[in-house]
Amino acid sequence: MPDTVLTGIGVCPGTVAGPLLRIAAAPALPAPTTVTDIGAEVARAGAALAEVVAELGRRADRAADDTVAEVLRAEALMAGDEELLDGVRELIEAGHDAPHAIDGAFATFREIFAAAGGYLAERVADLDDLRDRAVAVLLGLPMPGVPSPGHRYVLAARDLAPADTADLDPDQVIALVTEIGGPTSHTAILARALGLPAVVACAGVLDVPDGARVLVDGATGRVATGVDDVEVKAAIEASARLTAAASGLTGPGQTSDGYAVKLLANVGSARNVPAADEAHAEGIGLFRTELLFLDRAGEPGHGEQVAAYRDVFRAMAGRRVVIRTLDAGADKPLPFLKQEGEPNPALGVRGLRVARQRPEVLTAQLAAIAEARAETGADVWVMAPMVSTVAEASAFAAAVHAAGLPRAGVMIEVPAAALRAADLLRVVDFLSIGTNDLSQYTFAADRMCGPLADLLDPWQPALLQLIGLCGEAGRTAGKPVGVCGEAAADPLLAPVLVGLGVTSLSMSPRALPAVRAALSTRTAEDCRRLAALAVAAPGPVEARAAAG
Amino acid sequence: MPTRTVTIGSASGLHARPAKIFVEAAAKAPVKVTIRSGDRKPVPARSMLSVLALGVKKGTEVTIEAEGDGADEILDGLAELLAKDLDADHA
Repeated sequence: MPDTVLTGIGVCPGTVAGPLLRIAAAPALPAPTTVTDIGAEVARAGAALAEVVAELGRRADRAADDTVAEVLRAEALMAGDEELLDGVRELIEAGHDAPHAIDGAFATFREIFAAAGGYLAERVADLDDLRDRAVAVLLGLPMPGVPSPGHRYVLAARDLAPADTADLDPDQVIALVTEIGGPTSHTAILARALGLPAVVACAGVLDVPDGARVLVDGATGRVATGVDDVEVKAAIEASARLTAAASGLTGPGQTSDGYAVKLLANVGSARNVPAADEAHAEGIGLFRTELLFLDRAGEPGHGEQVAAYRDVFRAMAGRRVVIRTLDAGADKPLPFLKQEGEPNPALGVRGLRVARQRPEVLTAQLAAIAEARAETGADVWVMAPMVSTVAEASAFAAAVHAAGLPRAGVMIEVPAAALRAADLLRVVDFLSIGTNDLSQYTFAADRMCGPLADLLDPWQPALLQLIGLCGEAGRTAGKPVGVCGEAAADPLLAPVLVGLGVTSLSMSPRALPAVRAALSTRTAEDCRRLAALAVAAPGPVEARAAAG
Repeated sequence: MPTRTVTIGSASGLHARPAKIFVEAAAKAPVKVTIRSGDRKPVPARSMLSVLALGVKKGTEVTIEAEGDGADEILDGLAELLAKDLDADHA
């Protein structure tokens, strides 16, 4: 029997066992000590900084993303800076020990950077991180951030920030467990993208000692410590059987009686296309374009945009690609849009709303999409995020058509849009429901707010009812209605969504085989019956039970 | 001492990527190169932190200096880097 069983919310299925390691906190500076051998102390400080340089270099080498690698190499240059080392040497000669000399030398640059404001002030956090890393080495502690022990382990954290995980090594990290977070948090999305079993909102996980072996079930949310080898083996085999059943099935999505449901993949760039192909995706249901705009001082140029879009269009030749225009703001702030100072960014200028202030950004993007399409002849559909009114949808459709693009659609992410789905379909060609944001706005519950995770459950009957309104509008208009939120990746929920009138499901490629398998066991009539039961249920738990 | 005065051409100024490219090139040079902005103290061009701390933006004039064998050629190469828009190469 296991020693302890913790329960969280399973957000990415799969069962694994391994030692648990947490993200290390920044070390506190120790009490100052008297230095007797100045030469040895300088050497000690130099070796610590050299180890930080080496570690950043190793992370850069294995980073899959070129931009991430470049940022890490720039940081390595800072940690190995000769002026910094000169400063450290001077402070040690003045009587400081290595940790305090390093702290002092970084502080000199910290002041200059902070005083300069703007871009340099934002780099202060990098300096602090480098100092913390060097001090950790001197104290014999793990460096702060995601560990890289050189073996496979389960990563535990309070929550994962995008910065922590930018270069997370999937060869070492076998599962993610966080103390807070919900089904739509960054951790959950990252886990699905990497295909890592993950559990969020798992209270007590930070009390598990570093290195203790844990068994993680990303489907049920169970995290057990002290399990024996027999239990581990049985759990992993059961999980593998389920995966194998799903992987035996390929081809277009359909119910057991042949009702077609398009199974599409969510991608951020051409790099994700091979995974979509491997999962037999019928096309791309959500091509996120914001990755191209992230972490930049300025807007990407026309040529760069055309190239990025063309790569995906060409790789998907002959298949549908639904591309979403820039979705910035709220949890995805972009420096060049200068959106500081919004009282509540989730209720602010985000998604299509950016075009109210910066219409040229949208026009430039549509022109680039049109040029990439013309070069590749792909079946390109264009949609806008965060549309709330028919007027917005109508203006967007006009802009899409003016750019020479044939198909315009809108995302349904706010209740106002779902309620007016039929009107929207009079002015656009298709709808795509973003269930994460639609949950957030329907329940007034921030996507990142762990204590409200139950409100963000995609099985909430009110959410399903809004999806049903969209499906009904689509059936009447004879136009497609897709779901491209995380809800589409839930094999149990997929038949319910189809029963609500959804005609395509778009998800992380990894989730696709299980959804395909789930649909193949239900008739279209089953789907409608399950949908009616789920919508009529009093709450998400009963809805899930009714459809199970 | 050989010097070159250049107007920074990179869109984001001498930050992040352009700074990294310049500092790496300066570190490869066999002679010591300094860079200064306006009448402030010159700093070593091979120091990433010092170069960043200059906080120079696109259109700012900087002066680079070096002495020794091949200093003129080295300065020509570095001046060319500074004048280019190093952000634009990022495709």
